[in-house]
Amino acid sequence: MNVIHAVMDALLPFSCFRMAFMKNALLALLLLTPLLALLGTMAVNRRMAFFSDALGHSALAGVGLGLLLGVQNDLVSMIVFGVIWAVLISRINRSGGASADTIISVFSSAGIAVGLLILSRNGSFSKYSALLAGDVLAVAPGDLLGLAIALPVGIAIWAFLYNPLLLTAVNPALAQSRGIQTKWVEYAFVSLVAVAVMLSIRWVGVLLINALLILPAAAARNIARTAAQHALFSVLIGLFSGVAGLVLAYYLDTGVGAAVVLCAAVCYGVTLPLRRRVR
Amino acid sequence: MKNEGGHGPCRLCRIELENVGVTAGSDILLRDVSFHIHCGQMTALVGPNGAGKTTLLRALLSQTPHTGRIRHVDADGHLFPDPRIGYVPQQLPFDKEMPVTVRDLMAGALGRRPVWTGVGKKMTARVGDALRETQAEGLINKRLGALSGGELQRVLLAMALAPLPDLLVLDEPVSGVDQNGLQLFLQTVSNLRRTHHLGILMVSHDWALVRDYADYVILLNKQVLKTGTPEEVFASLEFAETFKTETSFPGGTP
Repeated sequence: MNVIHAVMDALLPFSCFRMAFMKNALLALLLLTPLLALLGTMAVNRRMAFFSDALGHSALAGVGLGLLLGVQNDLVSMIVFGVIWAVLISRINRSGGASADTIISVFSSAGIAVGLLILSRNGSFSKYSALLAGDVLAVAPGDLLGLAIALPVGIAIWAFLYNPLLLTAVNPALAQSRGIQTKWVEYAFVSLVAVAVMLSIRWVGVLLINALLILPAAAARNIARTAAQHALFSVLIGLFSGVAGLVLAYYLDTGVGAAVVLCAAVCYGVTLPLRRRVR
Repeated sequence: MKNEGGHGPCRLCRIELENVGVTAGSDILLRDVSFHIHCGQMTALVGPNGAGKTTLLRALLSQTPHTGRIRHVDADGHLFPDPRIGYVPQQLPFDKEMPVTVRDLMAGALGRRPVWTGVGKKMTARVGDALRETQAEGLINKRLGALSGGELQRVLLAMALAPLPDLLVLDEPVSGVDQNGLQLFLQTVSNLRRTHHLGILMVSHDWALVRDYADYVILLNKQVLKTGTPEEVFASLEFAETFKTETSFPGGTP
């Protein structure tokens, strides 16, 4: 870790990155924004922005249920619950009863309610309120190692899933005729999104995590013509927002998550007028 | 326009359906369906809405469990394992704003390299070759959402033909396509049938199309009501009975 910090000192001779916690926060953002940005491209194409929002909210329920069941590690209970939640939503969606937005809304509020119900017992919610806004400045070297492993693994799974997902997004019957198990591909995708979201949620916060998934991809979509451009621009915008937001938060002395998301929102605003010109 | 000749150099010779049935819960979707699909011929599947046409296609594509037998047989009468079926789906609505080009979609279908990492030269050439089969090579760099109905149909056909299938299935090649585009599309299909001796199964509501292009027609309503040449089926009592409630025939009277 010291070596990495020394390298960063050499590469980034800026006063804002002198402190170790800033270096760690920067590394964390560089590790978590690209995967979210990549997954976001498909979430946007499949119009799942609302879905991933509900997923983020379920983190509270995950922590709460983990507490009830006596799971020591919050992250484990969030991931397990998030994956179950995601698959459940997409399963009910597939069966096609009520409209999708209604189902997702029910899941979203239920996730928050279950979480608040358990975590607020005996008036102890303030202990968990950090989860709402997240705090990337609290990242420890051990957490960074986890993120450093998750990034390549996540991208590898994404590389495997992307083509089948793309075909399914355009025409499910076509995908099936080419031997794609559309149902399982979909479940794998929402599970991967759930894991990526839960890994990032402690640092970005329940309230803002969805923005980090959706905004870079949505902004990139404004200026991309091809799938490769969409992925590249989305990752670049995600990385840019992460770094710019961190620096902004340092000088303005504000929460990092909020500044990062605001930067991504500005990227969206800037790219929006370019939309017609690219097409 | 229709195929008069005998069997060409096809690998698969015919698909035999024997007493095929499909049920969903207590509903009988298909019952006792038996007919043959021959290669080098265009077989049209017609029937009212809810007749089970799509269900039958799903059974043929092994996407739904069924009773009875579906056998794939080669010219010598031997079983032909795992025939390739190219499927041109009904056009469904998708997100027209998606930044995905024809090249992206086809590379995603043909290869393993994830399309978001780009499409290589070799794959681009392969996609170009596939598109040329359906006179769609000019569309390679277009976004999917910018294609007209007829253009998208030609792209979907090019995908169904790569790699070359033993049977081509067209699921209602009408919706969203203008008459000119449709004629061009079927002309292409018809040529392919001759050059590659493909077997073709087409679901259609368009009687004029069926009359002009099909060699053989199957009238389906949960079960097979009538089979024969277009003339025979259109003139039959069963056809008149099945469609008597429809006030006008889409695409003209038979």
